[in-house]
Amino acid sequence: MVERRPLLLVVQHAVLILGAAVFVFPIYLAFVASTHTAREVNSGLPLLPGDQMWTNYATVLGDGLSTAGAPPIGLMLMNSTIMALAITLGKLAISLLSSFAIVYFRFPFRVLAFWTIFITLMLPVEVRILPTYEVVAQLGMLNSYAGLSIPLIASATATFLFRQFFMTVPDELTEAARIDGAGPLKFFRDILVPLSRTNIAALFVILFIYGWNQYLWPLLVTTDESYYTVVMGIQRMANAGEETPQWHLIMSTAILALLPPVVVILAMQRLFVRGLVEVEK
Amino acid sequence: MRTKKVTFRHRWLPYLLVAPQIAITLVFFIWPASQALYQSVLRQDAFGLKTEFVGLANFAKLFNDPLYLESFVTTVVYSAMVAGLSMGVALVLAVMADRVVRQATTYRTLLIWPYAVAPAVAGVLWWFLFNPTIGIAAYALDAVGYDWNHYQDGGDAMTLIVIAAAWRQVSYNFLFFLAGLQAIPRSLTEAAAIDGAGPVKRFWTIQLPLLSPTAFFLVVVNVVYAFFETFGIVHATTSGGPGNDTVILVYKVWRDAFEGLNLGSSAAQSVVLMVIVIALTAIQFRYLENRVEY
Repeated sequence: MVERRPLLLVVQHAVLILGAAVFVFPIYLAFVASTHTAREVNSGLPLLPGDQMWTNYATVLGDGLSTAGAPPIGLMLMNSTIMALAITLGKLAISLLSSFAIVYFRFPFRVLAFWTIFITLMLPVEVRILPTYEVVAQLGMLNSYAGLSIPLIASATATFLFRQFFMTVPDELTEAARIDGAGPLKFFRDILVPLSRTNIAALFVILFIYGWNQYLWPLLVTTDESYYTVVMGIQRMANAGEETPQWHLIMSTAILALLPPVVVILAMQRLFVRGLVEVEK
Repeated sequence: MRTKKVTFRHRWLPYLLVAPQIAITLVFFIWPASQALYQSVLRQDAFGLKTEFVGLANFAKLFNDPLYLESFVTTVVYSAMVAGLSMGVALVLAVMADRVVRQATTYRTLLIWPYAVAPAVAGVLWWFLFNPTIGIAAYALDAVGYDWNHYQDGGDAMTLIVIAAAWRQVSYNFLFFLAGLQAIPRSLTEAAAIDGAGPVKRFWTIQLPLLSPTAFFLVVVNVVYAFFETFGIVHATTSGGPGNDTVILVYKVWRDAFEGLNLGSSAAQSVVLMVIVIALTAIQFRYLENRVEY
């Protein structure tokens, strides 16, 4: 820094620490609430963790909230994992393939294909809710893992990112591969995909978070409780009709619902930051 | 559009490679979107037996519907507040973090993770915090004489969803502001400091102007986020209430389709939303193009 002013430094740290505290606070309170009994949460405002942690988490994971008609959270967590991974891997796979075709081949309708993919950027689920639901219903994909994931795996952003990256791969590599008699698929598998490792990992973080946090889509395509995902299922518990919400269990569920993506983002922070900036470029 | 100078030659392989992506795009994106366009000019009777072409009548009805216009205003106000709040907080934090050289990564770690929390879960967390009977924030407000109740007061409910939506988005804005600040050449800052400009002056005359492209980009991203990605917050917490005070457009289109079963109106609303996304995306790309030249 240019100058040293102790007072300024103190202010900076104070602001940052305050900011971080405000950020952590809701999660901390949720955690605190998840370690008490219902009575303790409803009567006072406990600010320190209690001793009911294992009981509460075991309850939600194993039994769920039977009064609210919610299935065990364990099952929902598994559904969320399956959906998030299917969306992430699906997006990565089809985007790698299509950007490979678009960059490394000249074929009629190439530009048309590119623009068709591009258009998906402008059509989020939210603007075509009902007709998309109808298509999925007609295909018999309601209440299935396929219905939860496949309609979401088209990805313009991933395709763009890979296209951008492929353009920077030196032509000499392609020439060398061709001289050595490698066909396009061999080149793709043995050279291009390994070279894209970092990009794939960075996108993985972002797409996993995207997939895990889906809300509207699972709400539309699942009516069968055994396909509920945790992010949309939590809402059923919170809006359990006339009864007093069981906050200690809802908060245990909230903690479980936010833990996987938070762990991913923190464990792969560097890749995440890089991926985010790349995607928006 | 460019390809590589060195390309492969194959009769059908490239089609096979793009096929999965194109198939999904056509089936789940283009086709439903065109259905929305088509249905928006039709009217179906109550039993779904007869449909007739009504031209732009659905749109005319929509824009004469006070509830829809109200929802429009709600959405605009809500988006402006989410963008303003989350960008303001993010900018302050980013400026502070930029100045702290050594611990910048630590603070970044502490500040980025709310991005990973789903909007719906964020909504539930803040809902708990502001719960009129047991929430600690409501309790604190009560202590200073404010009677918080988002079940009855539309303003309170709006504040709640704005905070929940902004809380999560600050992380995103923070990362971009921090990246923008760190890209400002040190020599500029140093030259200004030598000329006697203090930190506050440097912020207004150097950092802020140089950040304006980032800020502009973030405005668009934040508006898109507030418009389209925060359905979960509204649905999981206020359900549009009290009354219709927090019915944002996306919530309304969902409610009219799945609870009101009003196909024509829902389709027309979808089309309006599509126009909004396309406009916002166009602005965003316009900006990206400009930045390349810049």
